[in-house]
Amino acid sequence: MAELAKRPRRPRSKSSLLQKRDRKGYLFILPWVAGFLIFYVRSIVMTLQFSFSELTMDAAAGGYQLRFVGPENFLYAFRVHASFKQILTTSVLDMVVDVPLIIFFSLFIAMLLNKKFPGKGIVRAIFFLPVILNSGAITAAMDLSATMMNGGVTSQVTEMAAAGATTSSVAFSMDYLIDMFVSLGIPAKLLDYMVAAVDRINDIILASGVQIVIFIAALQSIPSSLYEVARIEGATGYETFWKVTFPMVMPHIITNIVYTIVDSYTESDVVDLAYQTAFGEFNYGLSSVFSLVSTIVTCLILVLVCGYIQKRTFYYT
Amino acid sequence: MSNVKKKKMSELDRKVAFGNLRDFALTLGKIAILTGVGYVILSPLIGMFVNSIASTKDIYNPMMFILPADPGLDKYRLVIERMDYFRTIGADLIYTITLTLLQLLVCSMVGYGFARFNFKGKNILFACVVVMIVIPPHTVMLPLYMTFKNFNLLGLVTLIHGSPVNLMSTVAPMYLMTALGCGVRSGLYIYIFNQFFRGLPKEIEEAAFVDGAGVWYTYFRIMLVNAMPSVITVTVFSLVWQFNDVFYANLFLISENVVISKKISSLAGVIANQDKILNVTIQEQYVDAGILLILLPIILLYLLLQKQFIEGAERSGIVG
Repeated sequence: MAELAKRPRRPRSKSSLLQKRDRKGYLFILPWVAGFLIFYVRSIVMTLQFSFSELTMDAAAGGYQLRFVGPENFLYAFRVHASFKQILTTSVLDMVVDVPLIIFFSLFIAMLLNKKFPGKGIVRAIFFLPVILNSGAITAAMDLSATMMNGGVTSQVTEMAAAGATTSSVAFSMDYLIDMFVSLGIPAKLLDYMVAAVDRINDIILASGVQIVIFIAALQSIPSSLYEVARIEGATGYETFWKVTFPMVMPHIITNIVYTIVDSYTESDVVDLAYQTAFGEFNYGLSSVFSLVSTIVTCLILVLVCGYIQKRTFYYT
Repeated sequence: MSNVKKKKMSELDRKVAFGNLRDFALTLGKIAILTGVGYVILSPLIGMFVNSIASTKDIYNPMMFILPADPGLDKYRLVIERMDYFRTIGADLIYTITLTLLQLLVCSMVGYGFARFNFKGKNILFACVVVMIVIPPHTVMLPLYMTFKNFNLLGLVTLIHGSPVNLMSTVAPMYLMTALGCGVRSGLYIYIFNQFFRGLPKEIEEAAFVDGAGVWYTYFRIMLVNAMPSVITVTVFSLVWQFNDVFYANLFLISENVVISKKISSLAGVIANQDKILNVTIQEQYVDAGILLILLPIILLYLLLQKQFIEGAERSGIVG
């Protein structure tokens, strides 16, 4: 006994083993931490720096020089630049119109695809296809083809290729329908939104591939016992949707909104403008201002929307 | 008595009949919606395919719709030659697949690190992952361009090489960024893996720990094997997005001999220049053939993986 007591005690025997293990976690995330610091933190600081300076490329030394100009670039972007404000507003408005439509459309389609029916696999594969087809270069080539061939001899094929980009083939006039709805007393604002929605149905379908996959996964994760209870209690399909399905997919709606907003921002005209300004006009300072302002606007929208929905979200635990 | 019973029966019958009718109508509506939307998705593909196999005579025939009278694959032959298709697609596939493997390794490692270790500052760091998902790469494109144009990592390159190196128009920037967990949409993959690993039972690891397995052994031989649904989901996403990516490819001026989708924008010009086909309508046929050729491998890969992908997406961490 005495010998045992004399033995030097190792400090914090059990917890130290676990702590040691936990410290190895740093090793796992180390590559990402390094990458985040080098490529993101540093880059964001540099973007800020660029936006307050005039940047000249130094071809001989291969570097660049910065001259501090204060908020000049910002003033130029908002006061002088011909199209920045307009493009920014249209991009944001497009986003605001598209996001709810995409969310509801993809939830609707996910509910249709969630049930068992023959050929389910193929149909699901088709609905994910837009993600595959959505390559920058290919979309550009297809757009080009649509404009080049509009009104050509092969307009039928083009119209198919453009997939609803033109409404010229519609046999009756849209205005007649719109007039009818107006005289029915439907609010003009709502009607405008509906017309815009119908007009963009093609874009919406093509933008909801990933969202549909996320919603299908979410629907699968709802415990079937909830539906059983609803059925036993005599709930109708409509009630079941609003009382069971919708609250249960609510958390994933946030995921989808974040994804949709980021995605639609990445493909918006503001980004093109920033890219053009940097690599077409070599005005790096102004391009940084465009990037920064549009990113801040997008992040603000994200925070507002998510904050608003988060409060109303029900988390099933 | 029997009369009442009969009436009841017929009421029930009617209910069943109407129920069937309602079900039938619902099914019909469902089929109509799915077919319609499916057509909208597939129609550009169908249109391009028809356009690319039609002969010159068909193209000028206003009666031609969907079914060309004189189909042929001669457009494809020329396009394959002009794009140097097989070599380019081979290089592109190697580029895409190696980057995907790198993404899988790095992102699953980082995701596992976040999911299963309680180190200091974990929450703040994970918030940074979310920030990375939300901030689009365009915000940082200029600095990235500058960084890789005069690549000098903490002065290390100067030490070894003497002066900063220009990594533009090589594939090195993409590999470097991916290896450090900042490739095309890496944030999203880290998030998916993190959610999945958090959902796995802790007992598996405890058993491995008691049996004396180290963390690396546990991760490679036990956890990664269990993470198959996430691995497949991330593989499909990464293959598709990496293959389609032109943003980084343009930013880093990666050669069009590696990223084949860059060739499509110059294809019409090449055809016009080398084969003296100046008619835009016919050039268009070649461009369509080129687009389909480029999409072919990625569609095939997707069809191969799609069953596991759709099933896997349901169980992977994509919904948390």
